[in-house]
Amino acid sequence: MSAARRAGGRVFVYRHTVAVRVLHWVNFVTLTVMLMSGLQIFNAHPALYWGASSEFSHPLLSIEAMQDDHGHTWGVTTVGAHSFVTTGLLGWSRGGGGSFTERGFPRWATLPSDTWLAMGRLWHLSFAWILVVNGALYVLLGLSSGHLKRDLWMTRADWRSLGHTFIEHLRLRFPKGDEARRYNGLQKLAYLFVIFVVAPAIVLSGLTMSPTMDAGFPWLLWVFHGRQSARTIHFICAMTLLGFFVVHIAMVILSGLWNNVRSMMTGRYAIETMPASAAEPRHE
Amino acid sequence: MSEVISVRRRRLILGLGAGAGTLLLGGCDRLSSLPQTQSVLGSAQWLTRAAQRVLVSRDARAPEFTRADIAPVFRANGTTDPDNPQYQAMARNGFRDWRLRVDGLVERPMSFSLDDIRSMTAQTQITRHDCVEGWSCIGQWTGPLLRDLLARVVPKPQARYVMFFCADPMDDGGDFYYESIDMRTAAHPQTLLAYALNGETLPVAYGAPLRLRLGRQLGYKMAKYVMHIQLVSSYRPFGQGRGGYWEDQGYTWYAGI
Repeated sequence: MSAARRAGGRVFVYRHTVAVRVLHWVNFVTLTVMLMSGLQIFNAHPALYWGASSEFSHPLLSIEAMQDDHGHTWGVTTVGAHSFVTTGLLGWSRGGGGSFTERGFPRWATLPSDTWLAMGRLWHLSFAWILVVNGALYVLLGLSSGHLKRDLWMTRADWRSLGHTFIEHLRLRFPKGDEARRYNGLQKLAYLFVIFVVAPAIVLSGLTMSPTMDAGFPWLLWVFHGRQSARTIHFICAMTLLGFFVVHIAMVILSGLWNNVRSMMTGRYAIETMPASAAEPRHE
Repeated sequence: MSEVISVRRRRLILGLGAGAGTLLLGGCDRLSSLPQTQSVLGSAQWLTRAAQRVLVSRDARAPEFTRADIAPVFRANGTTDPDNPQYQAMARNGFRDWRLRVDGLVERPMSFSLDDIRSMTAQTQITRHDCVEGWSCIGQWTGPLLRDLLARVVPKPQARYVMFFCADPMDDGGDFYYESIDMRTAAHPQTLLAYALNGETLPVAYGAPLRLRLGRQLGYKMAKYVMHIQLVSSYRPFGQGRGGYWEDQGYTWYAGI
């Protein structure tokens, strides 16, 4: 590290190993395919239930097209007892020919765009293998290299400063200097939640929808309260991952788009040094 | 490196990334229509089947339920009234003229009347029916085990699949519904030829007079209006060669997931 560089107030640290970077991008592509093909599959029966079977008259959530007395069609999404007009987005949106058609999620959100359950299942059930292998590699490498323990495990200090970190995030003030070398508590909790709660839940609830798996592992049905509940939980997990993704992208942009993207491509992450900081940069 | 070049390069790389993403999504639509893509993605079903064969024992049973769990209205899907004059004539006559032919790679080809089927030892099971669309319904099914019926005709060792040919025409071209399962599935203790639903004679909408019931696969495998069972070494010669009507439309042959 040259003195000139340091005087400029920036040092580079090696943030992400090549394994983490490759797994990250494979995961990104795979999850995108899984989400969009999953919405295609959902569209084949755009309603969710609780329990073992589908009580068609009592869905937890349903997305449909409804006609009013004047012959006008609306997209209507019903969650429990509450109905919302969602024309253009859910229930009634533009099809391939440009005219409106009845479909759960819109064309731009599904893979393939057209209503095509067989193809949605081909994408979903093949990429599920890539997702599981990629995720297993991440956890195995993370455990053996110490990455999970070193970088993601919550320390006492993380717990203590959680409230402060939360308020700082609300103010969009992100850690600088030495603090930026490591993940903060909020970040760690978000990643741990996704890796150890949502990811296992989405895989297991997905497997619970397999009738063969239910024969071999009946406890799955117990855990998820039946096949239709598993389908509902699978959907909720997918929406949770989507929520994580949105927040993740927002944070990537707000805390320095280029720096974050570069660190996930080359591994190099720039840290702005603070004049008061006494600590010597260890890297480069 | 000067800051200007660096900023330009950043924009270029970020732009390329965004462009690649858009292409990827548009490309996935294009890819979906290629037979090669369908074939490559579809091959994952054999990996899934192999994995499930390792994980789930041959005779592991699908969960069974109680009478209280039976759906008040069991959804009838697919064909609910075959557009076939011969079938409709049989239905009007209470299927007295209906015969189930069982032949192919068997030692003793046979033909069964509905009374023959009803006189066999029957199983009654309350199981969940899972449609590929995503919904499930619980119903009580009664009928003989397929393996008991096959024991009567004595399958030859070369027999690898059981084909089911049905009475419901699927289009104007004269293609009828058909399906196939492997011998392992045929021998499963929950694989029934059902003639009753919820204690009553199987209604036409659910596949009268006889339909296949599997405990561990999706609904489209469970052929309704079964007329003819044939044991074969390969399902390739039938239909478009993928083993069933919906398989020919792009659905996977293995429907255990």
